Amino acid sequence: MTEAAEGTRFGRRAVLGLLGFGAAGVVFGSKAQGLVDKALRPLTVRDRTGLTSYLPGSGRFRIYSVTGHSPKRTAAEYRLTVDGLVDEPLSLTFEELRTGLPQTRLTKDFQCVTGWRVEDVEWAGVTVADVLDRAGVAAGATHLRFHSFDGTYTETLTLDQARRPDVLVAHVMLGEPVTRVHGGPVRLYVAPMYGYKSLKWLERIEVTDSLEPVGYWEELGYDVDAWIGRSNGRRDEPA
Amino acid sequence: MTVPVDTRVGDRILRFDRTERVLHWANAVLVIICMVTAAILYFGPLSAVVGRRTLVKDIHVLAGLALPVPFVAALAGRWRAGVRADAARLGRWIGDDTVWLRTRGRAADVRLGKFNGGQKLNATFLAGVLPVLLLTGVIMRWFDPFPDSWRTGATFVHDLGAFGVWIAVTGHIVKSLAEPEMLRSMVSGWVPAGWAERHRPRWHEEVSAPDRTDDRVDRDDRVDASGQR
Repeated sequence: MTEAAEGTRFGRRAVLGLLGFGAAGVVFGSKAQGLVDKALRPLTVRDRTGLTSYLPGSGRFRIYSVTGHSPKRTAAEYRLTVDGLVDEPLSLTFEELRTGLPQTRLTKDFQCVTGWRVEDVEWAGVTVADVLDRAGVAAGATHLRFHSFDGTYTETLTLDQARRPDVLVAHVMLGEPVTRVHGGPVRLYVAPMYGYKSLKWLERIEVTDSLEPVGYWEELGYDVDAWIGRSNGRRDEPA
Repeated sequence: MTVPVDTRVGDRILRFDRTERVLHWANAVLVIICMVTAAILYFGPLSAVVGRRTLVKDIHVLAGLALPVPFVAALAGRWRAGVRADAARLGRWIGDDTVWLRTRGRAADVRLGKFNGGQKLNATFLAGVLPVLLLTGVIMRWFDPFPDSWRTGATFVHDLGAFGVWIAVTGHIVKSLAEPEMLRSMVSGWVPAGWAERHRPRWHEEVSAPDRTDDRVDRDDRVDASGQR
């Protein structure tokens, strides 16, 4: 008697079972993930190692760096340039951003266009509106272009969008100074829009009269006006 | 003419024919590429060190899409006999497998067939989970036609399944290194009959049955010659 005729055939059933489990997971996984996140909340908020953030489904930041390495700039050598259609171009140090301009604190979610969301992130910094008021916007200006010191990443906002009270030049994220991988020492945080608008490693705000050229992710096909829940074909809750 | 799988020639037994070995290693290369790129995409510190997300993602997607190719090729012709026979063996569970699993291979009197319980579970798990990863990966990559919640659900399943693959494949590699005879059989195809008698007595008995050895004896010389190549 050959072995293949003995025992029980479990293989096909197990494979089909896994396929079924996968299909159910796709359809109901979003709900399951929400429940898992809630169940793990007591664990994850107290975790100082950060290891629980690697559990599948827990609300965590994923790092989508597009260039070869995370660019490095210390707080001491950091400068934020504001130029273009302004009355007075600025070059702000990290200290000036932290103490020389009105500080705004926000606790808001970070929603990625790929679906993950990190709830209740503590942000602090200067609103873009306050930075613009310091520089003075010249007549005819309509848009802002943000440049990253990674050399590749750019983003745009209209003046009206940028003047919202929940759009920050942030130096605090997750309640601490913005880390290098999260775009520190200074990044943009555009609360009402998907995460790709919140440019990392911010080094320059250019005031212009044109949307073109569009930003890095917009060039790849993402919406220019990236309102959470009203763009990119998604229906997420606003942050 | 090559020897069919499970043929005893002298004091050696052909455990895996050429198709099976090529399939195994082609699949291994693709799965490992997927695993390494997955780790870079998933773990923040690694993502930050490597960067180049677009390139890493493209490699991951291409390797993933290529996963079915070796299987389709292996099953497309007359050369598939060994793959099919072993798939059937891997999908059968016998009482001795349960004993082997419960005693973690330490029970003296288990009479295993060609594969042990761990190998059967590993192969079956991967046979189920790799298609799941491929399909959820397709939803993640080409998400437009699907509802938002599917994209989130697919990501959740993909993450879970990937953890499973990491555990299964790591275990598979560790175990194969611990028993070099099995690793060697996936390279050369052959195992010593003595090893089979000690570790796979049920299979050894099956392939050594008189009616099976007799009709192959006349092939011995040609096989040895081709085995030397």
